[in-house]
Amino acid sequence: MQYLVSVIDDTPNSATDAEMVAIDAFNDGLIADGHWVFAGGLAAPDSATVIDNTGAAPIFTDGPFVESKEYLAGFWVMEAPDLDVALKLAAAGSKACNRRVEVRPFL
Amino acid sequence: MNSYEAAITRVHHEEWARVVASLAKRFGDLDIAEEAAAEAFATAVERWPETGVPPNPGAWLTTTANRKAIDRLRRETKRDDKHKEAQMRYEEPPEPLGAIDDERLRLIFTCCHPALAMETRVALTLRMVAGLTVPEIARAFLVQETAMGQRITRAKAKIKAANIPYRVPSAEDLPTRVSGVLAVLFLVFNEGYLASSADTDPVRQELTAEAIRLTRLIRTLLPADGEVAGLLALMLLTEARRTARVSATGELVSLDEQDRGSWDTTLIAEGHQLVRERLAARVRPGRYQILAAINAVHTSARDARDTDWSQVVALYDQLRVLDPSPIVALNHAIAMAELDGPDVALAAIDRLEPRLAAYHPYHAARADLLRRLGRSQESRTAYDKAIALTANTAETAYLTRRRSQLS
Repeated sequence: MQYLVSVIDDTPNSATDAEMVAIDAFNDGLIADGHWVFAGGLAAPDSATVIDNTGAAPIFTDGPFVESKEYLAGFWVMEAPDLDVALKLAAAGSKACNRRVEVRPFL
Repeated sequence: MNSYEAAITRVHHEEWARVVASLAKRFGDLDIAEEAAAEAFATAVERWPETGVPPNPGAWLTTTANRKAIDRLRRETKRDDKHKEAQMRYEEPPEPLGAIDDERLRLIFTCCHPALAMETRVALTLRMVAGLTVPEIARAFLVQETAMGQRITRAKAKIKAANIPYRVPSAEDLPTRVSGVLAVLFLVFNEGYLASSADTDPVRQELTAEAIRLTRLIRTLLPADGEVAGLLALMLLTEARRTARVSATGELVSLDEQDRGSWDTTLIAEGHQLVRERLAARVRPGRYQILAAINAVHTSARDARDTDWSQVVALYDQLRVLDPSPIVALNHAIAMAELDGPDVALAAIDRLEPRLAAYHPYHAARADLLRRLGRSQESRTAYDKAIALTANTAETAYLTRRRSQLS
């Protein structure tokens, strides 16, 4: 099954060169072992726009849908047979990007 | 209780975990396993008075529970889509064996998974492994029945949705995962040994007994693990003093005032044997082994005055290296009072105030030291704080009497 591993951050600084090297190595490992699905880094929350088209006309609002000190800075989608494997991968991912991560299963 | 009720109670105690574990393995779903096991026990309650207890009650229950689970899945299949039936027919996928292959142990490790909150692990273990009912667990942990029911339901849903595997962790993970399991069992034991509520018995034997039973189970499966042996020894040496610990009038009896003749010598002998075994292993002891050794020193003294306090203090010194928590420091200071006098201990305890101000044993210990130093007024204030912070009826009675004896 697939797991979303969200990278949690509280500063808009992007990854350092050393972190980028570690992330690349980690990603190579995911690909080699068949866990890789997709991954990406995200721009800071202040670049977000919320769209609400549930009414008559779409409404565009500047900013993220939830204001919080911590936000989603990037993510991996990983293929893993169970949570134990996903947790192990996520722990290695947290080490590589030097940030906290959250693991959630896809439905 | 008639003989059938007694038989069913005994079988429930002995077989519940095995039945749930075998169904959880077969169907890969804790909900189905639990409900089918409960239905099978309900059927036993109806049938056995007529047919007699079957020669192998465990096998009878497992077979019946399996049938109930399949019936339930069939009913759901008819209502929903075909995928449940497909899942039923699906050959059991070959699973890599964990370090130990035991279904009950898998169940314990699943319930004590580190991805679940500690309180949830305790609740789920009591429900799935020990077979306690939701109202019983709710009472033990002072929460509303509906809240406890929801907590257990959410935990089972997370196990399913996140695919928490139903297996004993691999050998490399075992040491870290066992420690979580032992922590759960120690919490269950402590809640039984000093119930945190005013609404229950001060000591809840069903919880201490269950914690010991489950720790014994872990021990049979991991006989070489020193901390498992240590926790079992610690529980046995503590349980041995249980009946001496509350007086006929429902008051807590402190260790030095207990009738040592009423301690359970069989449990003490078994606990001492485990402690000796760990000493002979010559491996650096963990937290539970050191706590067991401290209890072995206490239970070795025929009279409280014969307690080898220097040994106790030395063991607490060792424990403080492993566990620098203020609670360990408090117990260390209490032991120091016997060796170096109450004034030295009080100075050590006072330094812990910022971190232990809300912990009632801190104030109780302080009150006792102040009493011994003849500082009655300060002692009274400390007793008041301790009384205000504890809900255990036996402890409140004890502290109230000690306060009233102050000059």
